[in-house]
Amino acid sequence: MKYSRILMSFAALLPLLLFVFPLWSITLEAPQYPTPLGMDIYINDFADKNPHDIKNINLMNHYVGMKYIPEAIPEFKIFPAGIIITSVLGLALAFLANHKWFLYWGILMVLLSAAGLYDFYLWEHDYGHNLDPKAIMKFTNPDGSAMGFQPPLFGTKKILNFVAHSYPQLGAFSLGVGIVLSFIAYWKGRKELKLTAA
Amino acid sequence: MKKIIYSSAVMLCSLVLLVSCGEENSKNRGALSSGAAEKVYVAPGEYDEFYAFISGGFSGQLSVYGLPSGRLFKVIPVFSQDAEKAWGYNEETKPMLQTSHGFIPWDDSHHPDISQTNGELDGRYVFINGNNTPRIAKIDLSVFETTEIIEIPNCAGNHSSAFVTENTEYVVAGTRFSVPIPQADISIKDYKGNFKGSLSFISVDPEDGGMDLSFQILMPGFDYDLAHPGRGASHGWMFFSTYNSEEASTLLEVNASQNDKDFIAAVNWKKAEEYIKAGKFTTMPANYAHNVYDESTHTATSTMKKEVRVLDASSLPGLVYLLPTPKSPHGCDVDPTGEYIVGNGKLSADLTVHSFKKMIDAIENEKFDGEAYGIPILKFEDVLAGTVKQAGLGPLHTEFDGEGNGYTTFFISSEVVKWKVGSWEVVDRQPCYYSVGHLMIPGGNSRKPFGKYVVAMNKITKDRYLPTGPEVTQSAQLYDISGEKMELLLDFPTIGEPHYAAGIPADLVRERSRKIFNLTENKHKYATTTDADVKVVRNGKEVHVYMTMIRSHFNPDNIEGIKVGDKVYFHVTNLEQDYDVPHGVSMIGANTSELLIMPGQTETFVWEPKQVGVWPFYCTDFCSALHQEMQGYVRVSPASSDLELSWSLGD
Repeated sequence: MKYSRILMSFAALLPLLLFVFPLWSITLEAPQYPTPLGMDIYINDFADKNPHDIKNINLMNHYVGMKYIPEAIPEFKIFPAGIIITSVLGLALAFLANHKWFLYWGILMVLLSAAGLYDFYLWEHDYGHNLDPKAIMKFTNPDGSAMGFQPPLFGTKKILNFVAHSYPQLGAFSLGVGIVLSFIAYWKGRKELKLTAA
Repeated sequence: MKKIIYSSAVMLCSLVLLVSCGEENSKNRGALSSGAAEKVYVAPGEYDEFYAFISGGFSGQLSVYGLPSGRLFKVIPVFSQDAEKAWGYNEETKPMLQTSHGFIPWDDSHHPDISQTNGELDGRYVFINGNNTPRIAKIDLSVFETTEIIEIPNCAGNHSSAFVTENTEYVVAGTRFSVPIPQADISIKDYKGNFKGSLSFISVDPEDGGMDLSFQILMPGFDYDLAHPGRGASHGWMFFSTYNSEEASTLLEVNASQNDKDFIAAVNWKKAEEYIKAGKFTTMPANYAHNVYDESTHTATSTMKKEVRVLDASSLPGLVYLLPTPKSPHGCDVDPTGEYIVGNGKLSADLTVHSFKKMIDAIENEKFDGEAYGIPILKFEDVLAGTVKQAGLGPLHTEFDGEGNGYTTFFISSEVVKWKVGSWEVVDRQPCYYSVGHLMIPGGNSRKPFGKYVVAMNKITKDRYLPTGPEVTQSAQLYDISGEKMELLLDFPTIGEPHYAAGIPADLVRERSRKIFNLTENKHKYATTTDADVKVVRNGKEVHVYMTMIRSHFNPDNIEGIKVGDKVYFHVTNLEQDYDVPHGVSMIGANTSELLIMPGQTETFVWEPKQVGVWPFYCTDFCSALHQEMQGYVRVSPASSDLELSWSLGD
């Protein structure tokens, strides 16, 4: 079997690690939390970093009127399905299709990931801005507008007494490496074709 | 920046000053020049090296200190009610203070001892005795709470207690005040021959730590003062010091001080086990309380036990031998190897040290020097290993550092004296302020002492602290014993009168300390683990409130339909699952203490409203930014009212 096809098989299989490792993680540090509060985001679940973390994040957030982090969101059904379908598709392409399809698969994955990130951003924005009008504590920005508590999509941000970190985890890296591999597979496939042609 | 430079310069100058002063008059600068302050300084946010569990004496409690800082962390309620923690006030812990004499809100706690495995501290439990109404309590070091108390029948003044054997097979208890056994209406003048002592062996379950009074040994009517277990070769023996071998029953200060020698009673508890197995015991009717706190139900139960197995030392050969020991010995201490048994003859200037090997040899060759009530007395000279001569006045207690040194407190001459095991020579002495009783080296009564510090616990403080009226603070003193000479580092106040203490490296305990109780494991009969289960239920004049608390509200926070004459049980569950977020609750006019409820725990208080009106309750532990808002009301209607029960939270 050609090297490019082996690479493409790995590319298609790697995103499946999202079922094992978290996609993203949000960590909240504060003086009162020597062990920071943390939430791991899986493609099908929100999980405590340490026992009861999400409960305690909710307890903190209710003071400023933020909604509770839901037990389940529609994405928990859509994302896993998306990953399984694209992996199967990728595997099929690895065995059956022309190397150009490796490139198309990679582009498809980039687009889907971007869509996923955008969706995540929208949720975060709603979570941080759509506050209970009867919130216990209301904070305003210097310009007088209501302060939001949206955690960063990527990076570190100070929110009141908390420092919030939001970074991709092993699951996201697996997906990323898979995409890169598909591009390499495409490039290898092209070289292999040239060699046979020559 | 300028400020920093300036203050650094000042610091540097003062340091230079300090150092130069130190060189010139190190003698009269005392602790400062020798760096004592540095040695006890634990920087903010850092941890002490040792836990010290210091008995509360007549406070009935056990306090937890850090060493070397001498900082107080917690007072664990044991035998006395504690309104701060609702110990003995809430419905869950009231059974812990039940005895055959009914509910007793107080005792006199003396000698803590930490559980051991293979003769070394294992950091699972602390045992401590109640002296007045004889009891032994067990404190579980995963929660730092008293989880079991067993009453000791046929006993009075449980002083020679609560010492554990090498693998925590047993905790012992012993009679300080001999009494008629069984109790009887007889003249006190008939003491001699009719009053008896008892030595009790309470087994400890190796799995769950459950205590059970396994057997008692009936002894002559002496006063059994202190005890320590054999270890190593002497494992299987327990040594009890005695005084009043005169069997006096009045003016003991004179009449019990007449004999030149009293005894150390060497008890072969392995032999006792054989006798028990062989059925050589009598089963005596008894009545004693066994109180157990269950961590999953957060509730204690008290059971009355009705029997005890008794072995008679007078008629069972090989069970007990008496080692003559001069001058009313108080402490009875065994060195880390288990070979030497120290009798601290409190009216003497010398320390008597017996040899276990010699004792066994004397027993095997039947070198007896008479008997007392059928118990063989060994010859003093045959068991004596050596004497620490003229070491001080009034020796009370000895501990060991594991480097071949003994440290003994002298009450009358008010000092700690260091001496060499084997050569019996005095190496060093340091004054105590004042009149030291017990002393403690972490692990100092185990095979493996941690000989870095000794804590001296004093009986008198007089002028050592700022005065606080006629009653001044109780106090302990910390000495560095890592060098050849001891060095006084620190005085620190203690809770109640510290009789004895037990110390342990923090690492052996810290990791096992629980942070919260899991709500999902809460099996309390009246637990309310979700808001959906909140309710108020009437059962005749009894009303049960199933209440929850979480930052920063009670659910329900308003209750109506309570009537004068009702007995209202508030069963309150803390729904928090975060470290260090307890909530408290108290109700105006409740004839009891507050509740202080840890995350995941349920506790209950009773309120009997006597007046019509609307009465508030509130959170008593500053829990959050909205703590002041954590409150609620109960509407109390006349007894004749037919208002139905209703409850609510929010609109």
